Amino acid sequence: MKYVDEFRDAHMARGLVTQLHAAAAALPRPVRIMEICGGHTVAICRNGLHAVLPDNVRLVSGPGCPVCVTPSSLIDAAIWLAQQPGVQVFTFGDMLRVPGSTTTLAQVNEHTHSVQMIYSPLQVVQYAGDHPDQRCVLLGVGFETTAPMLAAAVAQAAERTLPNFFYVSAGKMTPPVMRALLQDAGVALDAFIAPGHVTTVIGAAAYQFIADEYHKPCVVAGFEVCDILDALVRIVRQLARREQRVEIEYTRSVTHAGNLKAQALLAQVFMPCATAWRGLGVIPHSGYALQPAYARYDAHKAFALPVVEEIEPAGCRCGEVLRGVCLPYECGLFGKGCTPTRPVGPCMVSSEGSCGAYFRFGVQP
Amino acid sequence: MCLAVPGEVLELLPDNMARVQFGQTIIAISLTFVEAVQPGDFVLAHSGFALTLLDKEEAAAQLALWHDVAAIMEEEAAARAARAS
Repeated sequence: MKYVDEFRDAHMARGLVTQLHAAAAALPRPVRIMEICGGHTVAICRNGLHAVLPDNVRLVSGPGCPVCVTPSSLIDAAIWLAQQPGVQVFTFGDMLRVPGSTTTLAQVNEHTHSVQMIYSPLQVVQYAGDHPDQRCVLLGVGFETTAPMLAAAVAQAAERTLPNFFYVSAGKMTPPVMRALLQDAGVALDAFIAPGHVTTVIGAAAYQFIADEYHKPCVVAGFEVCDILDALVRIVRQLARREQRVEIEYTRSVTHAGNLKAQALLAQVFMPCATAWRGLGVIPHSGYALQPAYARYDAHKAFALPVVEEIEPAGCRCGEVLRGVCLPYECGLFGKGCTPTRPVGPCMVSSEGSCGAYFRFGVQP
Repeated sequence: MCLAVPGEVLELLPDNMARVQFGQTIIAISLTFVEAVQPGDFVLAHSGFALTLLDKEEAAAQLALWHDVAAIMEEEAAARAARAS
């Protein structure tokens, strides 16, 4: 067992597609199911699942791409930081090409050589320790999957009492944005496919409110083709029987309680705060702020970051795409003014953005 | 960005680290967030950390179930085809 190819078996996938069609025949009306996670969107597009779905089951992508939901004002703040003398900005690769209001981190870096792509946040702690003359800023973008690693970097910098390590809090939480979507009358969803890796950290119990308060099914799924099909079968069966439960499909990785060690470190370093999501506005308790004990690492305080106005590119419908009310190919720029090589909006830039995935894998209406 | 990759633990290292194999790549990752990991176990890794120890029994049970689903769906399709002819 290598935990990859076994879960991509075409024979099993065909069986699950047949089972999905049989389950969907019992649906009283057409349904809209949102895959929150950008990783699911990519897997769905890559495997051509849109084309094999029953006619009465529609999948829409959600806001689960951290790069896509990062406000352009934060990118602008990171660009400003990268232009300060003696500052190095560290971030995950996906962030480099996201357009701020006028430019990208990658374009700025051609002149400043002050932006570094990281694989693990701990690299920043290492670099800061080795380069005491540089002020090192970690751009903390990511959902709950990544937040424990960001917390580990902050905690480690604090243990080493590094004076030149700084942190931009831009992490985000998934359950609050799911609640915001359920409260948004324009979105109208019947069920969620919940993100498998986020839930490995936070535990499936975090979604119980979706079943209890909003009466919708929610199934936590893995990322291989059979995982997603199995999750769809479970959701459609619940909908056909008018049931509303939180189920775990990704049983090899996810539990109801989640990873308690990761949760403990998250609680030690971060506290929930209201934060702005691109396209969705400010959502209460959906962000990670540093706890007071770690406030000295807050880049916002250390650098007096300029307050920048939020500017969306003309014609870009990323905000609606992130809420699932506009499918990528319904945007007037999709594939014309906006492509992966010349992206206008963040959903086309990121490897997990819905527009990029729909474009690369040729998903058709 | 929430991509996490399964890999096999080859060797435990000092400082709660481990050498883990992902396909042809072997890297050292942190075991800070997992417990009781042994060589031969598979972990799910993200950003230089093991996120969880993968549950072999759950995985095997799920694969067996899907195998059965595929077999049953084939049998039913064959039975429908036989009735139609």
